Amino acid sequence: MAVDEMGSNCSSSGAQELHVLAVDDSLVDRKVIERLLKISCCKVTAVESGSRALQYLGLDGERSSVEFDELKVNLIMTDYSMPGMTGFELLKKIKGSSRLREIPVVIMSSENVLARIDRCLEEGAEEFLVKPVKLSDVERLRDFILRGEDKNKTEITRKRKTHDDSFSPPSASSPSSHKCDHPLSPISVSAVPHQRLPKRPKLMLATN
Amino acid sequence: MQRQLANMKQSLFDQGYLDEQFIQLEELQDDTNPNFVEEVVTLYYRDSVRLIQNIENALDKNPLDFAKLDSHMHQFKGSSSSIGARKVKIECTQFREYCRAGNGEGCKRTFQQVKKEYATLKKKLEAYFQFARQAGPVEKACRPK
Repeated sequence: MAVDEMGSNCSSSGAQELHVLAVDDSLVDRKVIERLLKISCCKVTAVESGSRALQYLGLDGERSSVEFDELKVNLIMTDYSMPGMTGFELLKKIKGSSRLREIPVVIMSSENVLARIDRCLEEGAEEFLVKPVKLSDVERLRDFILRGEDKNKTEITRKRKTHDDSFSPPSASSPSSHKCDHPLSPISVSAVPHQRLPKRPKLMLATN
Repeated sequence: MQRQLANMKQSLFDQGYLDEQFIQLEELQDDTNPNFVEEVVTLYYRDSVRLIQNIENALDKNPLDFAKLDSHMHQFKGSSSSIGARKVKIECTQFREYCRAGNGEGCKRTFQQVKKEYATLKKKLEAYFQFARQAGPVEKACRPK
């Protein structure tokens, strides 16, 4: 069965394991997304709210940046409609943080509302997935993020070797550099345009 | 027995109780997680008690707070959708339409339907999983009880 192959692939492929932070107030959805991610060879941390997510990411000021690096999160997947802080509000807080803004954020929602999708993408969301999320969505996301991470590492290595002046450090980047066109860090800009996830197909596939 | 099990499952789909999402969940099952679907469904039924109670309580209020009703139902519909509970989801959608129209009677009427479909599916899935456990892998079926 296909799933068994996927399971053994996790250990044998030697590929980097992404650490995904999943945020959803629904117990059922957390269980499902956790399973989807584990099958896709990702490490998962699932939390029930935006505030818990910020706590985990150290944005509430309690965790030192050293600790954060050890638990590096490669991707955040958050539900849109949550009590307290919505996924959109969480997205804004993450993109508003100089330390966290590089982390790709994906919004999940059972409601296929164009204005909502646009708003999220404008605010810097990587992708907007319509629930229920499928295995193919997660695998596609994982592959995209992995490619980005690889490019990041290559570029950083190249920068260190050549001391190229044309590469500017990311710290001075303006908010506009985090629109849909540049989903990953400025260092990997050259690699990105060909690899953008298609953001609209979900609209056509979703049923109501 | 495996054939009977397959037939049971097929009829759940044919009669429209379950949709594609249930199959998606089944594909997440393997030797390391052989009961994943049943676990998710069990979690759904346990968690839904609270969600349904929220809606009941909100429907008892006078005047009705449609925004709150819609919000509660959104949560319940989401979970139902996650396990592939098709008929339940359809009734939930209808309920939300009535919320948006501010139609209290429509909401109350539809909520009875929601609960009916929810209970029907629960019975059918319980029977299905129980049968699945009995049918099991071929070796298990041969072992003396």
